[in-house]
Amino acid sequence: MRYLTDRKRAEGKGPAHHGTDTHKHMTLTATGLAFLMPVFLYIFGHALGQDHAGVVATFSRPIPAIVTGLVFFIAMMHFPHGAGSVLIDYTKGRTRRYLTIFVVSLSYLITATVLYALIRIAN
Amino acid sequence: MADSNRVDRPLSPHLTTYRIIFRPQITSFSSIMIRVTGIGMMFGVLLAVWWLLAAAIGPEAFATANAVATSWFGDLVFTLSLLAVWYHYLGGLRHLLWDTAKGLDLRTAELLGWVCVIGSVVLTILTLIVI
Repeated sequence: MRYLTDRKRAEGKGPAHHGTDTHKHMTLTATGLAFLMPVFLYIFGHALGQDHAGVVATFSRPIPAIVTGLVFFIAMMHFPHGAGSVLIDYTKGRTRRYLTIFVVSLSYLITATVLYALIRIAN
Repeated sequence: MADSNRVDRPLSPHLTTYRIIFRPQITSFSSIMIRVTGIGMMFGVLLAVWWLLAAAIGPEAFATANAVATSWFGDLVFTLSLLAVWYHYLGGLRHLLWDTAKGLDLRTAELLGWVCVIGSVVLTILTLIVI
């Protein structure tokens, strides 16, 4: 008997009904991070090791604050899809569901924490 | 029908198969390492976020977080995370190149795998020198 995988039987936008949206989203966020990450590493690397006043002074300037906010915001959109594909490959059922919720929650928590910290420093 | 044909197939990307007929391949190794580095760098992210939040809260909270972030443990976490970031960065660029249907032949793919491994080490050392 001919074996047809779910993927092969997929028509239109496939069984998940969102086509290649995830892949396009990952390439979009990856491209953004490719430009932002070297700038962020420079900012963060220089701030790390300074005293409290120096760190606050760095992240209260507009460009370090905006770049840091953007890097974490975009990276935390990128991370749940990447970790999600690992979970889809190696876990099943309830474990997969709970770990997916954990990964997505952690991403939102990190984004919110960074934005809160940046706003508080800017004040 | 697919349902009448259920067998216990190995999970993609077939870790069990690799273990059975394992021989070192730069192609599979460099692909798996993208996943490992992507998840691994989260340790650096968590430490960095704690450190930044502590700086926002005040000098006392910052003193605690900064002591950890600048200790040997913090140095280890941030250096390994930096290596993970650069590896993931180069691996991601490789995927963006592959998306344009270039560099997919075996020779180029193997070469790009080595570019990721060696390039990430070089970029990590350069970053540590610059910052």
